[in-house]
Amino acid sequence: MTNKVKPKGLQERFEVNAWALVIGLMLVLSVGGIVEIVPLFFIDSTFEHNKNPEILWQRQDGQTLNDHKPGDGIRPYKALELAGRDIYQREGCYLCHSQMIRPFRDEKERYGHYSLASESMYDHPFQWGSKRTGPDIARLGGKYSDSWQRKHLRAPRSVVPESVMPNYPWLVETPLDTDIAARMGVMRLMGVPYTDADIAEAPKELEGKNEEDAVVAYLQVMGTMVKLDDTKVYRE
Amino acid sequence: MDASAEQKYNLKIVRWFTVMAAIYLLVGTTVGTYVASELAWPFLNFDLPYLTFGRLRPLHTNAVIFAFGGCILMAASFYSVQRTCGTSLWSDKLAWFVFWGWNLIIVAAVITLPLGINQSKEYAELEWPIDLAIAVVWLVYMFNFIMTMVIRKSSHIYVSNWFFLGMMVMITYLHVVNSLAVPVSLTKSYSLFAGVQDAMIQWWWGHNAVGFYLTAGFLGIMYYFVPKQAGRPVYSYRLSVIHFWALMFGYVWLGAHHLQYTALPDWTGSLGAAVSIAMIIPSWGGAVNGMMTLSGAWDKLRTDYVLRFLIMSLAFYAMSTFEGPIMSIKTVNALSHYTDWTVGHVHSGALGWVAMVGIGALYHMMKHTFHVELWSTKLINAHFWTATIGTVVYVVAMWVSGIMQGLMWRAYDEYGTLAYTFAESVEAMHPYYAMRAIGGMIFVAGALLMVFNVLMTVRKSAAEGSVQKARTATVTA
Repeated sequence: MTNKVKPKGLQERFEVNAWALVIGLMLVLSVGGIVEIVPLFFIDSTFEHNKNPEILWQRQDGQTLNDHKPGDGIRPYKALELAGRDIYQREGCYLCHSQMIRPFRDEKERYGHYSLASESMYDHPFQWGSKRTGPDIARLGGKYSDSWQRKHLRAPRSVVPESVMPNYPWLVETPLDTDIAARMGVMRLMGVPYTDADIAEAPKELEGKNEEDAVVAYLQVMGTMVKLDDTKVYRE
Repeated sequence: MDASAEQKYNLKIVRWFTVMAAIYLLVGTTVGTYVASELAWPFLNFDLPYLTFGRLRPLHTNAVIFAFGGCILMAASFYSVQRTCGTSLWSDKLAWFVFWGWNLIIVAAVITLPLGINQSKEYAELEWPIDLAIAVVWLVYMFNFIMTMVIRKSSHIYVSNWFFLGMMVMITYLHVVNSLAVPVSLTKSYSLFAGVQDAMIQWWWGHNAVGFYLTAGFLGIMYYFVPKQAGRPVYSYRLSVIHFWALMFGYVWLGAHHLQYTALPDWTGSLGAAVSIAMIIPSWGGAVNGMMTLSGAWDKLRTDYVLRFLIMSLAFYAMSTFEGPIMSIKTVNALSHYTDWTVGHVHSGALGWVAMVGIGALYHMMKHTFHVELWSTKLINAHFWTATIGTVVYVVAMWVSGIMQGLMWRAYDEYGTLAYTFAESVEAMHPYYAMRAIGGMIFVAGALLMVFNVLMTVRKSAAEGSVQKARTATVTA
């Protein structure tokens, strides 16, 4: 480097020394992310269940996931639901459907109670979405029958003529062939509270099921795990 | 013919990246137009898994951002870093490793995404083995770039290189953190983060892929190619210093504005929005700096079609960087979020700014690395108008549909009940989705003209042996 300049001031120092510029940038570029992301792992009020423990399912020893009844509280996905969620991701459903209801009057009437952070605490990765080409489906569970959901998946325009959603006729023809135990094992590794029994029983839960069964199971559980109280303020 | 540059610098790598960028722009926008058409005419999904919107849309975004954007960034950064540092690349071998590595990654994306192999994080869909490859190739790219600056012959590091370097450092941070995942198999992994934290990290990545890859990187292109093409120095050095550091520090914070009114804590979203609004100042500083570089040379716009692309791109840059902060204001965001307005905003930036400035640089590099005039200047002009009209048609369609969606969803009738079902809002979008697809087709037609022009220029150069002549010509110092 033919660098005979004596730097005057910080800016010139960066301009004559490439490594100084690299280090300066590494510092400046790290600030925003650290300030906005790191506290989310430490501030208790980020998750509503810290103040309202009843929204989580209080699972007793020996209970299986099948002992959970709708409204009992937020729980990890059952094997079939998780398999359905994986197909939901594979097909890119999150590109057109959000799973995040905002606290507005029209959204409450259209979709239901606003979404809580605790409701997606077991979602690796999150599925909040960014676009509503189709409607939000955070609380879709139970709104339509299983047979409606199947018909809609195979040919959406047969039940909603205005729809622009693709047909998914191959789901019902495809048997579930997933390494579900391994998947649940990875989830547990990351902190999702599956028991040994949950994982051991998982392959049996999937026996004889096809991909459509799994997607319908996933769609039908959405928003039904916890019963939220309209009179309560969960989030400031 | 610039024989001294041909002999002094590695222009071969620039030629390859430039031609690939042209081809990828055509491919990426064609896929984009196809998925846009699927929303207007759903039969185009053909009941084939590999053609459905959900699987092709990630292919579109990856193709335009990483294939076109990546190749033009690498072409322009390798070209300008050599010329501004007065030295050849530190390592030609590593540069070729980056070329083949990056293109193999693109091939891997083209295969895996239609198969439904994805991590379901927007603009970061590629699965973990490809993510690892991206990290390696990117770090090699960055190292070669830094070392080229280290061995430079010039006294100072030129401003375009600051921007390129800022992009490289930040994309490393973002890609590594956002892609952290635990693998289940070679083709499946789960994000290490969940729910609200995963959302914040994803949009920290999502907005900074825009902010650094598509803004800082392309500002690097702007700061080199606008002055070069105009034959004038950058308008204000001081403004470029302010533009640079304010952008580097500020952009990082913006991601949170994608999550207003969600389950993300309010303080984070508001912080993101506040910094977003402040970002108007450096962004416009940069746009003014680019445009004023032309002061005293505005007449060149009449004859220089490449310069037209560059200046039009700055107009779109100014427009989108005004629109973005507006959309991050909470009351506006309450309406615009989840609608096509966001899609329109992204495309006014992506087509109007990123593609236009990239195309300007592309034509400039075609001429200066193949050592011939472009095969047809008329085609460049035709490309300029198709690109501009296509972008405007696209963006206007999405503005109308987006605002209409937002208003229909929140409309009440006289009895105090919701005025429209969701399905009615979908039906109302049809004409705008068709219009958007047509805007896309016009833009693609321009890209086709460009690829034809580029390939004919390569042929012309080969027929004349222009590269060979430049290599063997005697250079008089």
